[in-house]
Amino acid sequence: MSILSYLVKRIFFAFKDVFPVIAVITFFQLIVIRQPFPNLEESLIGVTLVIFGLFIFLLGLETALFPIGERMANQFASLGNVWWLIFFGFALGFSTTIAEPALTVIAGKAGNLAAEAGVILNSKDSISKFVYGLRITVALSVGIAIALGVIRIIKGWPLTWFIMVGYALIVLVTFFAPREIIGIAYDSGGITTSTITVPLITALGLGLAANIRGRNPIMDGFGLIALASMAPILFVMIYGITVYGLR
Amino acid sequence: MNNEFLNSSLAILWGTFTDILPILLVLGFFQIFVIRREIPYIKDICMGLVLVLIGLSIFILGLERCVFPVGAQMADQLAAPNFLTDGKIDVFEAGHKPAPSLYYWTYIFAFMIGFSTALAEPALIAVALKANEISTGAISQWGLRITVALGGAIGVTLGVYRIITGTPLYIYIACAYVFLLIQTYFAPKYIVPLAFDSGGVTTSTVTVPLLAALGIGLSSNIPGNSPILDGFGLIAFAALFPMMTTMAYAMISQYLIKRKQVEEIDSNE
Repeated sequence: MSILSYLVKRIFFAFKDVFPVIAVITFFQLIVIRQPFPNLEESLIGVTLVIFGLFIFLLGLETALFPIGERMANQFASLGNVWWLIFFGFALGFSTTIAEPALTVIAGKAGNLAAEAGVILNSKDSISKFVYGLRITVALSVGIAIALGVIRIIKGWPLTWFIMVGYALIVLVTFFAPREIIGIAYDSGGITTSTITVPLITALGLGLAANIRGRNPIMDGFGLIALASMAPILFVMIYGITVYGLR
Repeated sequence: MNNEFLNSSLAILWGTFTDILPILLVLGFFQIFVIRREIPYIKDICMGLVLVLIGLSIFILGLERCVFPVGAQMADQLAAPNFLTDGKIDVFEAGHKPAPSLYYWTYIFAFMIGFSTALAEPALIAVALKANEISTGAISQWGLRITVALGGAIGVTLGVYRIITGTPLYIYIACAYVFLLIQTYFAPKYIVPLAFDSGGVTTSTVTVPLLAALGIGLSSNIPGNSPILDGFGLIAFAALFPMMTTMAYAMISQYLIKRKQVEEIDSNE
């Protein structure tokens, strides 16, 4: 019985994530646009897949990935070997970003659009090469950002410095980046920090800050996500320069 | 069950497996070679991994089959000449760009999507709880949630306006960054890391594909706009503006508390 009520609670939890979107879209479709839903059947199947998939996915994350990830983050923080820590930060950032579902979907879309716009060859090969490159770039940049963030927490440097320098660099590189990549680059910052990345990275930051003397978990523990959503913007623009050439 | 469906399901399952393989390698490598301790509850973990694999595959299938098409459909319908002009299509003729004010329903839609999705975001609820603790009550949970949601709503609305007008993204972003940096300088120190993290928090896995589809759909429906130049950027806006509103909220609450204290001192004298 308790398992059943737990599962029902979990399904409801997944549903709550999607509900506001459904409500707004339904309101607009029926009251504002006043047309029946196009492809209602297909959309309903899709919504069911999204809710059901999210439910199973979150259930799995919480029974498998999060406990190991959090425990390891804590063990590493108390291990005291700085180089392993930095490397772990990089590896965690890279691997969680590659698995992020939103990135998978958007990168594919960006590849098709780039091919339609004629900036890359319109063939399956060159599209998948572009998409793969994009995802690796984003993952690499998140890895580097987390490694940097770990160094920041160990050294106790203020986050503000990184933010200032980072944003200044972004604005500078924007002037040289090809126009076709700028939108995708700025969006990639928000895409990376989603379902898998945020909990694992936050655990690492809070674990580290709690284990190093003189660090405040709130001031130092947060901020990894901020770096992880800043770095991809810069790196994807640089990727754009290497693929399309300078503006 | 036909063969094609089976094949595409297997392909997605395989793709998902290769996606989460790096996480497994990283965790496995560090556990075995660096931490060198046995993994407890290995059975539970294997079970959980199977769930992750299946759940993620179904979820991605749903995103591709539903969330993306629905976002694109909404964009198509909201930007359709018939809907915009009540049948007076001549506004659109001769290749002229339609006036941005015609799209008022689209702005309202963007605002509502931005607001409601941010408000329901579970990660935001957790962040709001923490912020309430560290500010010793100066920042109320609901206050912060509504602040962040408003930020998301303003961001998406402005982003849609940008797509409709086809103005370059970097101008908006550069202005926003300058504003953000000035704010960072003046805002109470404890809010800065939280504010910068709150940007990433609003853009969840479901919102991101929907916003991307909306942006791409709108830009391909508006004469003279191109999806690759104008279609992206909604997610960036949705992530940027909550940072501003969060810091603004902290600044205002601090100011109010100070003023109250000053008043109390005055009335005591």
